[in-house]
Amino acid sequence: MTATIVEKIFSKKCGSDVRAGDVVMAPLDGAMIHDITGPLAIQKFYEMGGRKVFDPKRIIMLFDHQIPADSIEAASNHVYMRKFALEQDIHNYDINEGVCHQVTIEKGRAAPGEIVVGADSHTCMYGAAGAFATGIGSTDMGFALKFGALYFKVPETIRAEVSGKFQKRVGAKDLILSIAADIGADGATYKAIEFTGKTIRKLDMAGRMTLCNMAIEMGGKAGIVAPDKVTWEYMKSRRKMKPFELDSDKDATFAERRTYHVSDLEPQVAVPHNVDTGVPVGKVAGTHVDQVFIGSCTNGRFEDLVEAAEVLGKQKFSPKCRVIIIPASRDEYLKTLKAGLVEKFVKAGALVEAPCCGPCMGGAFGLIAPGEISLSTSNRNFKGRQGSTEGKVYLCSPATAAASAIMGEITDPRVV
Amino acid sequence: MTMTAKKTVPVRKIIITEGPVAKNARVWKFGDNIDTDAIIPGRFLTINNPDELAKHAFEGTRDEFAKKVQQGDVIVGGRNFGCGSSREHAPLALMGAGVKVVIARSFARIFFRNSINVGVLPVVCPDADKIADGAKIGLNIREGFLEADGKKYAIEPVPAFMQGIIDAGGLVEYAKNLTEIPQCTR
Repeated sequence: MTATIVEKIFSKKCGSDVRAGDVVMAPLDGAMIHDITGPLAIQKFYEMGGRKVFDPKRIIMLFDHQIPADSIEAASNHVYMRKFALEQDIHNYDINEGVCHQVTIEKGRAAPGEIVVGADSHTCMYGAAGAFATGIGSTDMGFALKFGALYFKVPETIRAEVSGKFQKRVGAKDLILSIAADIGADGATYKAIEFTGKTIRKLDMAGRMTLCNMAIEMGGKAGIVAPDKVTWEYMKSRRKMKPFELDSDKDATFAERRTYHVSDLEPQVAVPHNVDTGVPVGKVAGTHVDQVFIGSCTNGRFEDLVEAAEVLGKQKFSPKCRVIIIPASRDEYLKTLKAGLVEKFVKAGALVEAPCCGPCMGGAFGLIAPGEISLSTSNRNFKGRQGSTEGKVYLCSPATAAASAIMGEITDPRVV
Repeated sequence: MTMTAKKTVPVRKIIITEGPVAKNARVWKFGDNIDTDAIIPGRFLTINNPDELAKHAFEGTRDEFAKKVQQGDVIVGGRNFGCGSSREHAPLALMGAGVKVVIARSFARIFFRNSINVGVLPVVCPDADKIADGAKIGLNIREGFLEADGKKYAIEPVPAFMQGIIDAGGLVEYAKNLTEIPQCTR
């Protein structure tokens, strides 16, 4: 009997042959909590009668949304979680490591064939490491912390096969914005999206993370890339694991098969106020921007910042807009620092902040005022996402963000 | 980890009546793709108390909601209600506002599950778009329909595996009754 990669992961973990539509109680290899959804999850854990978490070593705890604490309430939430970490003997990365999803993958806490949950919708990013990973709410997380297992309906899979070679200054973010526009904001609800094809095989881990990260923007339960040489090479220094085969059978039953060819793909911009609104950059070029944010779990990796730096070259950012650049994690920050990019960005007029979610969450800092326009490499442009509901957020790649930051208006990165 | 076959939750009869909808309930109508940032903006997420969250429900999106919503009122949305963040603060804010039922053409996955977990009932109604803002509404889950301004519309049943959680009154109550988790099979 043939199976998709997701069906194979669940079958292995559950010790019986399961298929899409089956409801299972599956054991968890990891559970991630952060400063926004963590306190509530812990509260629910206790309310459920929890005394000891199922396995402290499988719990990933860190703070990234409101760091350093931006309010007394945030500081108190941090204190509450630190206390829990101490009590339960959980290693807490605290405010030191960066954005939860980047850190989870970087620290080898999600690996091929594993089932990992996180109390954050972009947990689906760990599919880049070949894991089945999905975002859950705090009460489900309370349950997960207590029992180390959770109910899942094994999802159907949409197979997205990608071919062709990206043009210069076009990449994974442009691809995923175009896929989101194609599938729609709810086109993958309850489903996993498997990214496959020659283009994906050539894509680095950073790009795969960008793709899987945004599966949720189509309603997806998970995004996943079957582990290959690139994955195992990345895992090598992070986990003691012997590489193994894990991929969908070619004749497995998929909900849908969609094909994408990227050779002619232009830089994409998702316009307000939904993510599935991607258009070629030319359609919105010239739109004034007040703030440009390069960072987040979607696009705050070293590779993203290199792309931005290449577009910047020897130019300066426009004084007409504010430019905020935030590496996604401490590791990514250090790489950026060593490569001299932090100095380059600062000299060009940007603010370079310590690793955190930054303006993406619309709470800690970098909020926009009524009437303002933000251009962001993050994952959501919902009304009010980055501050005022009377402001607007456009989404794009790091290259497009850098080009636009130079000009003070949305700009095609191929012409800067 | 130990997995045993015995599920210890007592299976209660599934009876949900018109209970969660107040007699004089009104409909608060919203459109498609209502995201969790609209339901509760990011800057209020340090709050975990439902009553406090309720003060900021739909802030900036529909300011009158928090001021005028009454116990037992009903929210009606279009497609993909509750998309976006996994923040459970969204259904909690609605719960704090006295809303126990959200009706929509379709729901985003995490919001749907979060709602059931915290005790807000998400109801799928393919004709949700036909229900007007301010409509008087009644719900008959047992017979699978709702009535808005005198017109009847079919509603879909909740997935069977979630019914146990609804019956228990949410996942916390459900989990309290579990001494061991059910076996990991279909």
